[in-house]
Amino acid sequence: MSVSVRVPAQLRTLTGGVGEVQVEATTVGEALKALDVAHPGFAERLFDSAGELRRFVNGFVADEDVRFLDGLATPVAEGQVISVVPAVAGG
Amino acid sequence: MDQVTGLRCRECGREFPVEALHVCDFCFGPLEVAYDYEAIAAIVTRERIAAGPRSIWRYRDLLPVDDAAPVDLGAGFTPLVRADRLAAELGLGELWIKDDTANPTGSFKDRVVSVALTKARELGFKVAACASTGNLANSVAAHAARAGMASVVLIPSDLEAAKITMTSVYGGTVVAVDGTYDDVNRLCAELTSEHPTWAFVNVNVRTFYAEGSKTLAFEVAEQLGWQAPDHVVVPIASGSQLTKVAKGFAELGRVGLLGEVPSVRISGAQAAGCSPVATAFAEGTDAIRPVKPSTIAKSLSIGNPADGWYALQAIRESGGACAAVTDDEIVEGIRLLARTEGIFAETAGGVTIATLAKLAAQGVVRRDERVVALVTGHGLKTVEALAGVVRPTVTIAPTLDAFDAAVGSLSGLDGASGAPGAADPVPSTVTPAATTQEEPTR
Repeated sequence: MSVSVRVPAQLRTLTGGVGEVQVEATTVGEALKALDVAHPGFAERLFDSAGELRRFVNGFVADEDVRFLDGLATPVAEGQVISVVPAVAGG
Repeated sequence: MDQVTGLRCRECGREFPVEALHVCDFCFGPLEVAYDYEAIAAIVTRERIAAGPRSIWRYRDLLPVDDAAPVDLGAGFTPLVRADRLAAELGLGELWIKDDTANPTGSFKDRVVSVALTKARELGFKVAACASTGNLANSVAAHAARAGMASVVLIPSDLEAAKITMTSVYGGTVVAVDGTYDDVNRLCAELTSEHPTWAFVNVNVRTFYAEGSKTLAFEVAEQLGWQAPDHVVVPIASGSQLTKVAKGFAELGRVGLLGEVPSVRISGAQAAGCSPVATAFAEGTDAIRPVKPSTIAKSLSIGNPADGWYALQAIRESGGACAAVTDDEIVEGIRLLARTEGIFAETAGGVTIATLAKLAAQGVVRRDERVVALVTGHGLKTVEALAGVVRPTVTIAPTLDAFDAAVGSLSGLDGASGAPGAADPVPSTVTPAATTQEEPTR
């Protein structure tokens, strides 16, 4: 099914400046891999050597952190939005 | 002229120019300001610092700014108070409270925001923004007003009333978001991509912002007569402050302001309702699992702490510990500090004091150590935490009879308050013999 991935400014050099990309996927992991196929370079930035999201990369589905869901195996529904967001400090 | 050589990724080491960048565009690792420490060592001296202003700006040689006229409300150089009564209650020896309630907007955030907005202005930004649990919101709104900048501040809608009022009064744009701080922070991180002309102090200028927390270490060392403490207890929200306190002490050694790089144990304090770092410490793991916060310590309610991993490393490398305390213990910590030392802390301060008490009882914080506890925010910001807990002792009619009936019988008052000169000697709260400098007061 078709889902959108929101790309943060830091990675828009890979998409020619585009902030949202449509991909076909049934899970978060599939969506991010499809993003890498469409715009090579994402995989090495988002995933560590074990294939998990890097420590400072956060993924959100419908505004929920995928670490509270099933991580990269979290299913996505038609039309849902996945956000890739770098970790930020604050308080 | 600053002594910054560039920005460097803490994870992969890639180098970047001095711009509004906060994460490595390769691995998303946080960027760190890199300095030319030899150049700093060549100019900085204790005398040069002593001749500076009574604020964080006396340490400007170690801060990442060029501007000779910083955005300044007078943050920093807060009192370091010898806490003998509290030490006695906790079975400790030499204990000091770093009283950051005395900052212009009542929390340590003035340190980081003064640095962040000075740098933001230097980089050409006209709008200051942030996501906040409250204290940062207060400080960004105030410093933006001071600097004549517009501000956009995002906060969770369920914040304490005082923090919402203290943010709104300065006339900027305040956006209350129905969600947790982590929700607000995620929204803010996405907004940063859409509004690149805004300086989000905790996002795209965070690299500079975070450096402001080093001044806590600088001041503690200077106020102890240029000596490092043995052990510091620091509250953990995002983990940035603890990480930068460790960096601050290391830098003092590196540039020659302390005889050598000091060995300071650093322990972390969290609320049990939001304790991802304390949990990882207790379990001996590196993985910090995010949590959904549920605690009265809202200023520490960051369930997914961006610098949590670095804070954990700093704690372990220094031989410190990390513990968490319940909401009841937090309230008791606030009351204990107020009752023994006359300092009214917000809930985060209650977390620090209660954790200090716990670590002292466990023998982790030791009686033979010189200990400093960071009390980072003022109690007036979180009076809700004490609702129904503290109140007037009695309420009476305005007559002597009513007073005598209600108060005259209370035990202990007459014995303790005797004639002038006959009372108990007041414990010394002056700086140690090593320092004859004037007591830092504001």
